[in-house]
Amino acid sequence: MLVESPPKRSAESASAPATPKRHALRALGLLVSCGVLLLICVASIAVGAKSIPLSDVWDGLFHSTGSGNDVIIRDVRVPRTLLGLVVGAALGVAGAVMQALTRNPLAEPGLLGVSAGASAAVVSAVSFLGVTSLTGYVWFAFLGAAVVSAAVYVLGGSRGATPVRLALAGTAATAALYGYINAVQLLDAAALDRLRFWTVGSLASADMGTITKVLPFIAAGLVLSMLLARPLNAMEMGDDTARSLGAHLTRTRVLSMLAITLLCGAATAACGPIVFVGLMIPHVVRAVTGPDMRWILPYAAVLAPVLLLGADVVGRVVTRPSELQVGIVTALIGGPVFIQLVRRKRMAQL
Amino acid sequence: MKAVKAIRTPGGLSVRLDARAASVVTLLAVAAAAVAVVLIGSGDFPMSFGDVTATLLGNGTAAQEFIVQDVRLPRVLVAILVGASLALSGAIFQSLSRNPLGSPDVIGFSQGSTVGALTVIVLFSGSSLAVAGGAVAGGLVTGVAVYTLAFKRGVQGFRLVLVGIGVAAMLTAVIHFLITKANLVDATRATLWMTGSLDGRDWAQVWPLAGMCAVLMPVVFAHGRPLRMLEMGDDAAYALGVPVERTRIVLMGSGVLFIAVATAAAGPIAFVALSAPQLARRLTRSPGPNLAPAAVMGAALLLVADWTATNAFGDRMLPVGVVTAVLGGGYLLWLLVTERKAGRI
Amino acid sequence: MTAGTDTDRVKDMRTGAGATAAHLTENSRSTTTMQRLTAESVTLGYDQRVIAEDLSVEIPDNSFTVIVGPNACGKSTLLRALSRMLKPTKGRVLLDGEAIHSLPAKKVARTLGLLPQSSIAPDGITVADLVARGRYPHQGLLRQWSPEDERIVEESMAATRVGELADRYVDELSGGQRQRVWIAMALAQQTPLLLLDEPTTYLDIQHQLEVLDLCAELHESQGRTLVAVLHDLNQAARYATHLVALRDGRIVAEGAPSEVVTAELVEQVFGVKSQIIEDPESGTPLVIPASRRGVGAKVS
Repeated sequence: MLVESPPKRSAESASAPATPKRHALRALGLLVSCGVLLLICVASIAVGAKSIPLSDVWDGLFHSTGSGNDVIIRDVRVPRTLLGLVVGAALGVAGAVMQALTRNPLAEPGLLGVSAGASAAVVSAVSFLGVTSLTGYVWFAFLGAAVVSAAVYVLGGSRGATPVRLALAGTAATAALYGYINAVQLLDAAALDRLRFWTVGSLASADMGTITKVLPFIAAGLVLSMLLARPLNAMEMGDDTARSLGAHLTRTRVLSMLAITLLCGAATAACGPIVFVGLMIPHVVRAVTGPDMRWILPYAAVLAPVLLLGADVVGRVVTRPSELQVGIVTALIGGPVFIQLVRRKRMAQL
Repeated sequence: MKAVKAIRTPGGLSVRLDARAASVVTLLAVAAAAVAVVLIGSGDFPMSFGDVTATLLGNGTAAQEFIVQDVRLPRVLVAILVGASLALSGAIFQSLSRNPLGSPDVIGFSQGSTVGALTVIVLFSGSSLAVAGGAVAGGLVTGVAVYTLAFKRGVQGFRLVLVGIGVAAMLTAVIHFLITKANLVDATRATLWMTGSLDGRDWAQVWPLAGMCAVLMPVVFAHGRPLRMLEMGDDAAYALGVPVERTRIVLMGSGVLFIAVATAAAGPIAFVALSAPQLARRLTRSPGPNLAPAAVMGAALLLVADWTATNAFGDRMLPVGVVTAVLGGGYLLWLLVTERKAGRI
Repeated sequence: MTAGTDTDRVKDMRTGAGATAAHLTENSRSTTTMQRLTAESVTLGYDQRVIAEDLSVEIPDNSFTVIVGPNACGKSTLLRALSRMLKPTKGRVLLDGEAIHSLPAKKVARTLGLLPQSSIAPDGITVADLVARGRYPHQGLLRQWSPEDERIVEESMAATRVGELADRYVDELSGGQRQRVWIAMALAQQTPLLLLDEPTTYLDIQHQLEVLDLCAELHESQGRTLVAVLHDLNQAARYATHLVALRDGRIVAEGAPSEVVTAELVEQVFGVKSQIIEDPESGTPLVIPASRRGVGAKVS
């Protein structure tokens, strides 16, 4: 287990309601984060293969004249930004819930194979069942995500489970699933061409249709997660403590897994697997809010899209005129963060 | 005291002998040789078991000589050497990380070789020799990077594994980037290479592999005893007089070289490194890295997988990597379930 | 043998040995006879954090030395330095007059053994196999398992009473049995010096006593020099022949327990008021902490 100065942690999460002053500070922080998110959204609309001046962004959004820039804004940049918002929030919150549920600071849907599970299911659907529409394969994504997240939970809850072992099991499972995806693609050249862009997380093919299709699922997942904040707070202190505090363990676990499945499945179906967003954001957030899930979740929902859209903007700029898929950018940013996390924390032996 | 037996000479020399392990090695070697002969005999120009052995012993017809010496024997030798190298690399890393899943194809070293090879394929459309060079270079750079990043007052097993996982995730992103950047021809070539295949392997692949094995295998086997001590934790090993960090560097270096050269020869063949040491261990039932049984097991596994890939699906010849991926994935599932029950994962 | 005579025998032995050790320490200081294991003004720490500075200690030969002190006083760090697990940033640790870090690892391992706080039993290893691994420093590529190895492993298992467990798997054993197996492994190393890092942690009182009795026996009957880190001051006072009390990385007192353990020392080292009485079993000092209820009330 990771040692995270336990006395402080338990003191904060177990203490009575925080002082009004601290509440106000956290609320203010959340407001500032929303402001940052707004700025990133504007940047995401303005920056790209073709830069659009800020005045045109304003006009394109509110006084559309049908000019070239307006078309780009309406048909490309706005859907892409909205998709980033939705998927980012989904991944950040899913990561936070997963870390709380498994009490494992390295838990992350991408790293533990949940996204790969969704991908494998989608690839099978596309290749074997000829499913081509998003509405069709979002259900397969849910199926894949549900199976893997249940497996992760079973593994994570086993006797002697440590963060290291869980991360290893997840990575091995991810490798196996990618092996399977590769094999399917190899046997089906048409599928390879269709899927090779999708198996990397990307926001590039976003349209309003995609967003309206996944939005209900993600919204449901977000609401469910917020409702779970209190029981998850109790769960973080161990099963016995949670039970003695009156939390329903089984109900909380099942609902948490449902939330993770909804969030990851929908996010993966919409834009392919994206790693490390769900890992990084909860850690950043905890540094600001402390270990209270009631604050972590809203912060994660706001800051994760900041990271995802930021990564997307960076990906559009660095290799202009072509672009780097956002999944690649988040992995390249997230990898070093993960390694730093590993180096900094004290961990028990394997 | 039945656990430890030894062969002793009057001069005071003694060599430990685990009878069960020795018989496992012998049986697996015999099985591997038999499969190799079958594999040489099968194909568009089928040959009987007797013909193959006769030809191998130099008593075949000219046509048989040609088929065996120039076409099928090198492929089988590549399979044997690659299988053994992957398995040894897996045994080393699983032992160093003290985890059955801590194998080089999980913690980033295969991915490093793949990135090296794909860079050559996609960015330079290089020859197969250049691709092999890229794979070795990629593997070695990754090895050095993982070791350096994991170093903090020595490299501990768990940190090695986690840093490897982080690096693997980044490298996987790079792999995806390279594939999406490629045109369809290069993308197909890249995907095929990434699956791992023994098709068209000849003496040009055999010699570097054989050379590496000739140099590294003695080094690794000589470090088998200190590696066993390392499994008890750094402190215990150090207290017993094992130069911990030096042993780890030598073994890690050898493990990285094994997997890099094997990957360069046949692509990143999945899960042999993960499963061969575990299967060998279950047969010998003895603790420790089980280096020799693992190596023979790896060779046998890859030969069987290659036979399955080329013969089991009718006219359709699959790359061997597909078979190992499916078999290995199934084995991984089983491993996760049983190891979980035993509380080791 | 009756309980009474047994206790008397132990009592005699303890006080006798304690006096000898104290005498030895005096002796070494005045005549500068070198003890086998010494630390010469070492500075110890991890990364930037310094735990002990300019610390010197001599382990009296043939003693059962116990290092005591409050949490985070540097006692395990000192033991790690003495056993060359930790390299001092300044100063040096000497084994038989030579800097321990410049000696070959195997050579040191034939003189000095360590029972680390956390060791990992490889999966599926039997007791006999694990104990046999203690012979590593005496073996080579062509001398892997001599008749002598076999004899010593058997003796070590007999001494720690794990002989009948020889073919059992280590994972199946109880905590106390497992600790005895690890001690057997350290014994099989056949070193005149043996260092033990908190050998009684996580054991219940019966197993704690079992392990400590075993240590005392090794010290008395085989004449080995033992150095242990212990948490329990009373156990330390009962079993040690030489006591080293640490606080904040400095040695506050050292010597025979009967001379060193005083109410002032306990307060100075642990910050606990107490009275010292004679242990009715062993005649060694017994620390009775003062009731803190009154003190607590004053503080709040």
